[in-house]
Amino acid sequence: MLGFLKEPVVVTAKINVSLVALTVMGLINRLWGLCYPRAVVFDEVYYGQFVSLYMKRIFFVDDSGPPFGHMLLALGGYLGGFDGNFLWNRIGAEYSMNVPVWSLRLLPALAGAFCVPLAYQILVELHFSHCAALGAALLILLENSLITQSRFMLLESILIFFILLAVLSYLKFYNLQKHSAFSGSWWFWLLLTGVACSCAVGVKYMGLFTYMLLLATAGLHFWHMIGDQNLSNVSLLCHFLARGLALIIIPMGLYLSFFYVHLALLYRSGPHDQIMTSAFQASLEGGLARITQGQPLEVAYGSQITLRNVLGKPMQCWLHSHTNTYPIRYENGRGSSHQQQVTCYPFKDVNNWWIVKDPGMQQLVVSNPPRPVRHGHIVQLVHGITTRYLNTHDVAAPLSPHSQEVSCYIDYNISMPAQNLWRVEIVNRESDTDVWKTILSEVRFVHVNTSAVLKLSGASLPEWGYRQLEVVGEKLSKGYHQSMVWNVEEHRYGKSQEQKEREVELHSPTQMDISKNLSFMAKFTELQWKILTLKNEDTEHKYSSSALDWITMDTNIAYWLHPTSGAQIHLLGNVATWASANAAALVYLCLSLWYLLRRRRKIYDIPEDAWQLWVSAGGICGGGWAVNYLPFFLMEKTLFLYHYLPAVTFQILLIPVVLQHLSDHLCRSVLLKSMFSALTVAWFSSVYFVYCTFSPVTYGQPALSLPQLKALRWKDTWNILIRKQ
Amino acid sequence: LRRPGLPGVPEATAGDKAELSEARAGRRRRAAAPSPAPTGCGAAIVPRPSRPAGRARSQRRVPWRRRRRSSPARPRSAAGTAGRDCIPRRAPRPPRRGPGAPPRPAAGRPAALALVTLLSFASRFHRLREPPHVCWDETHFGKMGSYYINRTFFFDVHPPLGKMLIGLAGYLSGYDGTFPFQKPGDRYEQHNYVGMRGFCAFLGSCLVPFAYLTVLELSKSLPAALLTAFILIFDTGCITLSQYILLDPILMFFLMGAVLSMVKCNSCADRPFSASWWFWLSLTGVSLAGAMGVKFVGLFVVLLVGLNTIYDLWDLLGNLSLSLVMFGKHLLARVLCLIVLPLALYTAVFAVHFAVLNRSGPGDGFFSSAFQSQLIGNNLHNVSIPEHLAYGSVVTMKNLRMAGGYLHSHWHLYPEGIGARQQQVTAYLHKDLNNLWIIKKHDSDTDLSDPSGPVEFVRHGDIIRLEHKETSRNLHSHQHEAPLTRKHFQVTGYGINGTGDSNDFWRIEVAGRRTGELIKVLRSQVRLTHVATGCILGSSGKTLPKWGWEQVEVTCTPYLKETPNSLWNFEDHINPKLPNISLDVLKPSFAEILLESHMVMIRGNSGLKPKDNEVTSKPWHWPINYQGLRFSGVNETDYRVYLLGNPVIWWLNLVTIGLYLLITVATAVALKRGVQLTSELKELSRVVLHAGGQITLGWLLHYLPFFMMGRVLYFHHYFPAMLFSSMLTGITWDALLKFCAGLLSPSTTARRVYGGGFLALVLLILYSFYLFHPLSYGMIGPLASNPSSPMAGLRWMDSWEF
Repeated sequence: MLGFLKEPVVVTAKINVSLVALTVMGLINRLWGLCYPRAVVFDEVYYGQFVSLYMKRIFFVDDSGPPFGHMLLALGGYLGGFDGNFLWNRIGAEYSMNVPVWSLRLLPALAGAFCVPLAYQILVELHFSHCAALGAALLILLENSLITQSRFMLLESILIFFILLAVLSYLKFYNLQKHSAFSGSWWFWLLLTGVACSCAVGVKYMGLFTYMLLLATAGLHFWHMIGDQNLSNVSLLCHFLARGLALIIIPMGLYLSFFYVHLALLYRSGPHDQIMTSAFQASLEGGLARITQGQPLEVAYGSQITLRNVLGKPMQCWLHSHTNTYPIRYENGRGSSHQQQVTCYPFKDVNNWWIVKDPGMQQLVVSNPPRPVRHGHIVQLVHGITTRYLNTHDVAAPLSPHSQEVSCYIDYNISMPAQNLWRVEIVNRESDTDVWKTILSEVRFVHVNTSAVLKLSGASLPEWGYRQLEVVGEKLSKGYHQSMVWNVEEHRYGKSQEQKEREVELHSPTQMDISKNLSFMAKFTELQWKILTLKNEDTEHKYSSSALDWITMDTNIAYWLHPTSGAQIHLLGNVATWASANAAALVYLCLSLWYLLRRRRKIYDIPEDAWQLWVSAGGICGGGWAVNYLPFFLMEKTLFLYHYLPAVTFQILLIPVVLQHLSDHLCRSVLLKSMFSALTVAWFSSVYFVYCTFSPVTYGQPALSLPQLKALRWKDTWNILIRKQ
Repeated sequence: LRRPGLPGVPEATAGDKAELSEARAGRRRRAAAPSPAPTGCGAAIVPRPSRPAGRARSQRRVPWRRRRRSSPARPRSAAGTAGRDCIPRRAPRPPRRGPGAPPRPAAGRPAALALVTLLSFASRFHRLREPPHVCWDETHFGKMGSYYINRTFFFDVHPPLGKMLIGLAGYLSGYDGTFPFQKPGDRYEQHNYVGMRGFCAFLGSCLVPFAYLTVLELSKSLPAALLTAFILIFDTGCITLSQYILLDPILMFFLMGAVLSMVKCNSCADRPFSASWWFWLSLTGVSLAGAMGVKFVGLFVVLLVGLNTIYDLWDLLGNLSLSLVMFGKHLLARVLCLIVLPLALYTAVFAVHFAVLNRSGPGDGFFSSAFQSQLIGNNLHNVSIPEHLAYGSVVTMKNLRMAGGYLHSHWHLYPEGIGARQQQVTAYLHKDLNNLWIIKKHDSDTDLSDPSGPVEFVRHGDIIRLEHKETSRNLHSHQHEAPLTRKHFQVTGYGINGTGDSNDFWRIEVAGRRTGELIKVLRSQVRLTHVATGCILGSSGKTLPKWGWEQVEVTCTPYLKETPNSLWNFEDHINPKLPNISLDVLKPSFAEILLESHMVMIRGNSGLKPKDNEVTSKPWHWPINYQGLRFSGVNETDYRVYLLGNPVIWWLNLVTIGLYLLITVATAVALKRGVQLTSELKELSRVVLHAGGQITLGWLLHYLPFFMMGRVLYFHHYFPAMLFSSMLTGITWDALLKFCAGLLSPSTTARRVYGGGFLALVLLILYSFYLFHPLSYGMIGPLASNPSSPMAGLRWMDSWEF
């Protein structure tokens, strides 16, 4: 029992002191004075509101990315005991006492700090020397832009952390591959690769680029394994399945789980409800659910309904009519039918109520038992307040002359008959006899006479239409478009006086609990779709820049300015590092091309293993830079300098790779080698010098005087804020 | 997990036997199947370079020689065994069909080619005159053809070659350029339109033989080529698109021409610098220039040829028997034929374009003042206007950036929330009364139009006020954000009847001049500095949203960089007090004109954005034939033509792409795993990987980029990709059928399976064409939704509108 005492208890620990030292330095460097400034800095104003909403459990949609990053920030707030009560309205606003600034900013700062040892490890795993690895870590440590970005409540540093972690774990996994496949640590690193990838994607969609790069690398490596005749088909299959599981299945599952947690946390209705469909809204506590609870599920003849357009753009709105008529002549001289206007109105209103009527019967009440309306049935829609029929005819619509005008029919006793029959087509039906359901069914109204489809054109009417949105009959209904689809939101069965007594028995309506009807996957698909398609007005921001400006760092972003002292924080890179990173990328490219051409002619300048090293390091570092940078040239969204940070991180890792290669293979004599080392040291001190010079605008303190600030403006295009006297 | 021994060894004998029978079967089958390149077992042993000469000679032989070679097939039946013996075990095996395989009857291929060409022409020229009215985009391209005949200058987003050819065809066929082509549906009446249609149909018909030859060259298989040809002949979409006055048949003609010559050139690779090699290489270059000259989409085929050339050169570089000098020659030849030649031709096309169009027309305003001065009939041609700017002059100001507009204002205000709610100031590309501004002094408001008053010239460094002539508001700026470029200040029209405030003052400066100098119309490059804020008037080049009528944003930039964006010149100049003098206007050089017209085209292209809520065609719709385009007619009584691919063919293409992917992966993995393949299969895998790969690359290059385009897209953009997809279908099914047939042991069954499969595919295509041919050849009568229509029941997808 006490057998273990027979042997002496020996703990042998091998500690890489430089790794520890780097970590400590990183922590000091990123965490120093974290609470300063105690004011909202730049995009904190944006992310902060989401943290507050998490604290209050209120639902929101953020089109900038998936929710994992937001949740991590919120975790900081949760641990710091934040109650969510802060108005995030202005950059530079002082934080009130209830905001735990330190813990809110802690997670990004930690992530930023751990990037330093990660960089070291990556170079080691790429089989570069300890010295090169140290250099890489120090460059990351002294990179002003990374420091600035990680010291506030922003997501980039977390993203970069996960990206680097994914790369590192893949490299570890790959290096274990040869000797100990399917061992514990092999599995650990493989799984960690997948987990880190999905975390990176979960923080920002930019993470996808690195994920793709790693998938491609894994694919390439596996392709080499296929050619290995020593491996049997079975073991090859096992390898393939393991990779598929860890790099595709698990990331997808994790990604889903982020959304699951997100939706589980946010169960209250809030300001972004209206973007979502009625069904989704009804699943949230408060909001629409309060209204729709206890509504009858099946729409029947005689039902009173409000109809919401499914598109929700430019804003959510309901089919509406009012006593005003279309003007006889429009400004451009075209004529109208002069009948009652039908519009789409973005607010709840008594004029949004419509009654579903059976064309064959006169009554406007629901019979007992209710006769439900099914797909393909023909109905008339009666406007509740004016009791006029929804109508369309071959008259050009006010703003969209190619479509038909939709009106509520007034009988002027002229040769223009009423055409008020509409066929109900349930778009998301399961069978052709489906019943029209409140909230759940998405319905198209097809005009029987002209087969035009009721559609929201998206244009807003002039003064005579009270700037409400235009509704038209679309003749050329090209396929499915959300602007032609409507759903019932509010619904009650119409009842007349004599029915009032029987109301109680009549109204044992099909109670429904929408939230149960809507599965997680349905919610997820909808939310995901909204995140991907929701577009903010892409107007230019004052500090936005184009991707071409980033390489040369022709642009900066002012993050914060002290209201009195003139102390300020800027997102500005370390000029020396950026320039040398560009130089390194260029040298790498030229050398690689040179080697490739020479190798093709069977001239081998460097030994084979050095070449392999060179290629793999370039593939990871140069490839990482390319995949994280080049796609921005194809994007149309507003771009900022901080979008370049993941790319520049990879580019920085390329510097020591190139330096070591130059010293190992191109400096052939000892003298050259020592000269090269001296140059490297000199260059490194210049990096340090630049770091020190710009640290006041990186950390925001100390405040600089006017001439000092002017001296910092090394490029004309930089926007250093200089207060006018 | 290691397997004992080498996998190949134990099965070696069995494998050989199988190979033997395979070889025999294959040889017999090959009487029906096409023959590969005649490579023999000798070729495997003798080093490569010696082969070409012999082969070239044998190919140059007259047909009777081939016939003689093919007849004694039976006596040579031992060749299979002999072939096996003479090949060393590890040497790369040549395709086994070499010596013993009788090539196809020599008459077969020309006959097939003739048949295919005939069918193609027949299908394209059938009912070419119908409908005798303007269809769809004929309204644009017909009109532009007329412009060439009338020599009036116009502007279009595509390069000019296609429209020039249309114009030429019209001219040669006797069309006089008088038909206005106003809108689709206009009847041609007595105008001769058939010449232009016939020209397009002719080029469209050439696609089929081109595709046929390409596939034949790539796969060396007649059935594959025939299948491709049938697919293209009987595709309703290709027929429809070739029958009208459109750019697409012209573009696709050059595109397929480039692909064909590239493939031909590749197969000449074993005798470089021979006459035919030079011919095909330079023909590739010519076709590239043609494709680029018709539409910018031609860039994709340039990319395809470029990638192929790089691959080719890479191969040559790795060939150590080739000296570097020889490699240099190869490189130079390609640079000459594929870069220099096309560029020269492309430039020549533009030179002709500008030489032909020398009269002022609807496209003037898109170009700079200097350019306009060259057009006969433009108000700047042989211009005579007052030379120096004076106070009281009425002027228009043109931005100097490429395709910059005139400074413009109109009675509309900036909408709420966008800067101050004052009158909009924009840059507008067209000539318009609202482009006129009056130059006034900043401090006095005396009526300068009084003819008796003294003339006072504007000088460099003066502070002036610019009053908009139509609305009498002053050009104004202030420290509000500009609507799109947030870093700049907003520019507005302000004040009533010329009375404003100090924010209306601008300092006028000529770039690179000293104080006090006079300002010359057209020639001075002028900068307007806002006095109060120090910013400079400029045009950002961004298009305003709907409220700004999609005109170009004008801002006041606080960054004092010297760019064409912030420089202006005065173009029109009206001042009755000054004498008009004729100016020798600066003539732009041809290079400048070329650059400028490209900038204008690119901007025009990116300006074709879909409007809000407009249902547009999406790239993923295309391969599934989701929705077509109405070429003509809507109602029951109309002659209706609907551009839609033959659904059977398109879905076959779609399935084939998936199938091809599967086959490729399987083949590549098998090869990588070192599975021993028979020579038959090796040849098949070469066709699948190499030929198929080339075609797939073409398909990808012509399809994927559309996913990233912001402009409005249409269904017909897919047709170049569809050509590649059809070729892939031919190659893949041929390979698949051969593979399936190869699995069956008795050769008769194998041949039957192969022939049966092929026949089934062809019949399927023919039957579907029979069903859907009214789409291209016109439908009259009830719509397809009506059960009495001949098209009833054929509307397989709800999104088809016929």
